[in-house]
Amino acid sequence: MEEDLCYRQEYSLKGGEFARAGEVSRRIKDLLKELGLDVQVVRRAAIASFEAEMNVIMYAFQGTVRLAVTPADVTIIVDDHGPGIPDIELAMTEGYSTATREMRELGFGAGMGLPNIKRNADVFRIVSEPGRGTRLEMTFARDGRPS
Amino acid sequence: MTLSDIVRQLELKVHAGRGGLDRPVAGAYIGDLMSDVMAHGRKDDLWITIQIHPNVVAVAVLKDLAGVIITNGREPSEDTVRQSEEQRLPLLGTSLGAFELSGRLHQLGLRGAR
Repeated sequence: MEEDLCYRQEYSLKGGEFARAGEVSRRIKDLLKELGLDVQVVRRAAIASFEAEMNVIMYAFQGTVRLAVTPADVTIIVDDHGPGIPDIELAMTEGYSTATREMRELGFGAGMGLPNIKRNADVFRIVSEPGRGTRLEMTFARDGRPS
Repeated sequence: MTLSDIVRQLELKVHAGRGGLDRPVAGAYIGDLMSDVMAHGRKDDLWITIQIHPNVVAVAVLKDLAGVIITNGREPSEDTVRQSEEQRLPLLGTSLGAFELSGRLHQLGLRGAR
């Protein structure tokens, strides 16, 4: 029965909404803290969800963030409607970015977002369909990293 | 060392978040790239930056940083000030540049490496 236990929460994001950037990741972080999760897990989930949130705000039209917390792990799935990523391997390269000059002036577009997510999640999957959108799936083990 | 010690000794301007000034500071990190600070900033660090937009507040709160010092006399945007107040995040300012400010923080005994 324990596997069925699951806390779910859903958030929506709008592309271009820079003024509210970081709000969803902040809410996720607060919720995970309230649920009493290990501080390192909360920290890693907060970093990864911020990077994913910023990607939607910077590049997509809209997105959904779905959070699921089970006794074993935390899963965050971010789906967006947007231009998609034609070459995922290239996008995963540290330092590679398609950010505009305006985004760079705000301190974004360092080409560190996706690598930051990969480093902080225990399992990270990315699927993208150019012209339609992108899905990021990240899982964080609650008892630290699996070996 | 608390933030208020630093504010007093370096005559920093308090833009917002006065309520959080009794917070202890463990170290400091300089960066103007959000992802860089997300990756390398640590809890209770003081963040030194020239960025003035509200995303600074989001990053600082998510990383549990002690506070932010905006250098070169730059003024934070209204949104940034409002969000700092809401989050009780000390948002400080100085006319010094990042290099000079870091030197003085070092003299006060603050270190980046822990």
